[in-house]
Amino acid sequence: MDAKRRNRRGFLKSGAALAGLAAGGSKLAKGQTQGTPAKKIDELIAYGERSRFVTSIRVPVAERHSPDEFGLTFHVLTPLQDSSGIITPSSLFYTATHRGAFVPDIDPKEHRLMIHGMVDRPLVFTLDELKRLPYVSRIHFIECLGNRARPTHKTVQETHGLTSCAEWTGVPLPLLLKEAGVQSGASWIVAEGAEEVKGDSSIPLAKALDDCVVVYAMNGEPLRPQQGFPLRLMVPGFEGIYQIKYLRRIKVVDRYYMTYDDYGHINPDPKVAALTHIIGPKSVITFPSGGQQLSGPGFYEISGLAWSGSGAIRRVELSTDGGRNWKDAELRSPALPMAHTRFGYHWNWDGKECVLMSRCTDELGTVQPTRAEVAKYWNQPLDQNFRVPGADNSVQPWKITSNGSVQNGLA
Amino acid sequence: MALPRLSLSAAVLVMCQTAWTQSPTYGLGRSPSSEEIRKWDIAISPTGKELPEGQGTAKEGELLYRSKGCAGCHGATGSGMHAPTLISRKDVKPNPAAFCLAPCVNDANSMSLHSPFATTLWDYINRGMPLGKEGSLTPNEVYALTAFLLYKNDVIKEDEVMDKQSLPKVKMPNRDGFGLPPAWKHGEPRLQGYP
Ligand code: HEC
Repeated sequence: MDAKRRNRRGFLKSGAALAGLAAGGSKLAKGQTQGTPAKKIDELIAYGERSRFVTSIRVPVAERHSPDEFGLTFHVLTPLQDSSGIITPSSLFYTATHRGAFVPDIDPKEHRLMIHGMVDRPLVFTLDELKRLPYVSRIHFIECLGNRARPTHKTVQETHGLTSCAEWTGVPLPLLLKEAGVQSGASWIVAEGAEEVKGDSSIPLAKALDDCVVVYAMNGEPLRPQQGFPLRLMVPGFEGIYQIKYLRRIKVVDRYYMTYDDYGHINPDPKVAALTHIIGPKSVITFPSGGQQLSGPGFYEISGLAWSGSGAIRRVELSTDGGRNWKDAELRSPALPMAHTRFGYHWNWDGKECVLMSRCTDELGTVQPTRAEVAKYWNQPLDQNFRVPGADNSVQPWKITSNGSVQNGLA
Repeated sequence: MALPRLSLSAAVLVMCQTAWTQSPTYGLGRSPSSEEIRKWDIAISPTGKELPEGQGTAKEGELLYRSKGCAGCHGATGSGMHAPTLISRKDVKPNPAAFCLAPCVNDANSMSLHSPFATTLWDYINRGMPLGKEGSLTPNEVYALTAFLLYKNDVIKEDEVMDKQSLPKVKMPNRDGFGLPPAWKHGEPRLQGYP
């Protein structure tokens, strides 16, 4: 078997070398395939690569330089303007490190998950043991609470790039908690990561027993290190900091623990606190979006994403006149609970200045608000400085100028 | 996608109604020793029930703040350096109730002012600091450093001894100034009537 494999590799290598020879020396016409070096061919056989003409990349948030003085990459934005469908490729998934964490280099053979606290049977699992258990694969978004459009932002990557969506595979947390036997009187869990600062969050036990998953795979392969390799807790619909990476411990407890991660969420106003943990119904147009250029009047298919932390998206509406009139957009992907949902809308641009907006409604019937509606709710004046309390799920306007350039409507 | 999700939550409902303390189904995973659990269990409750024996004062903490390298990242005065402010500046008006997001400190707001429980400070210094040498501090040192930061933020007096009894009882400035996240329930909106 080994010898056979070596032979095959040898064959491929010499084949590639021949191809390289043939290509070498002669000038290639534009668009013609270039000879690829043998080593590169081996690499491409082992692990595929996108076309060199596809250049879409993540960028760090402008507000905090990455890497910072401590070598930390803080918040890195996904290029939503180039996205199609609902799955974010793992390489382009947004990242936000646990506060103060470098990305740890964890040997999965050494990694353990401990479940203890108010349980009858504290348990320690190896990764192999977890993988022997019944599993689920689910598509969910993760969004950072810091995903907040500002007037200074130019592109949808800047205004909305701290959300991404993937397929996650792992063991349902209710199954693991049942194995351990949760005791009566328990009301919260504290989930903790294995990185330097061992970031931990308090999570309602009711949520843990509902739809949380201890995840080991993402988009069909093991989790990426930036996404918590080898284990991560998925808390669908809750903001990013709850999705504990490098998960090493779940402690079942009887109160909110006010951890380092928790204390950043607290607010004297319980109404603001209520809006700080779960992502509200939210949508954004990804094409045409800020920084893009329309080539002239005519037909365009408007495309965008909608999602909600409280369930599936039921409806997306679109306005091409700055919110005066709304028409239904079409859902172009499955509308899954707590998942990005793709919408589309046929649009004939007449070449005049206009403002595009989208708004969505989730399965609870909650409608994504405009900034004006939010300001009215809090009885605050609506100006550029108005800050949506809690998670900002307000409607994003894109202004199309008469020359076809697309600008942030908040500016 | 939708079907397995539904059937799972249905299963959970059934499990909730029957006893949770039934015997395990799969028999995987091993039982850790209580010593092993104690070593892993660094999460400190606001009641302080997990706090270890030991004690420390602000005076001891002041020396450690320099010798353990805290000053190098957080600044000799506890502010103005790359790492977050640990000692709020007196010349900036503190606003401990201000809404903030992680990391929520600024020159006028530090963990000592914003967290409603002193245990948050002890827990984080113990689990995460000094960055790069986490877990190297003894319980006495963590008590002393916590006392030092609380004293410098005018939360406790200089001679107050911090230990597992006194630390959870410290009256933090923001003790009454916070709302807990609401009880979560499947199928309920984040906030009734919003917007
Ligand atoms: C190598 C640099 C470094 C050293 C040394 C260091 N810290 Fe830190 N500390 C940090 C960084 C960076 C953070 C912020 C982590 C984040 O926000 O992600 C932090 C955060 C903290 C916080 C939480 C602040 C907040 O409210 O956000 C406390 C408390 C703290 N450090 C205490 C200490 C103490 C006490 C020492 C000495 C024993 C120490 N640190 C040594 C870099 C350092």
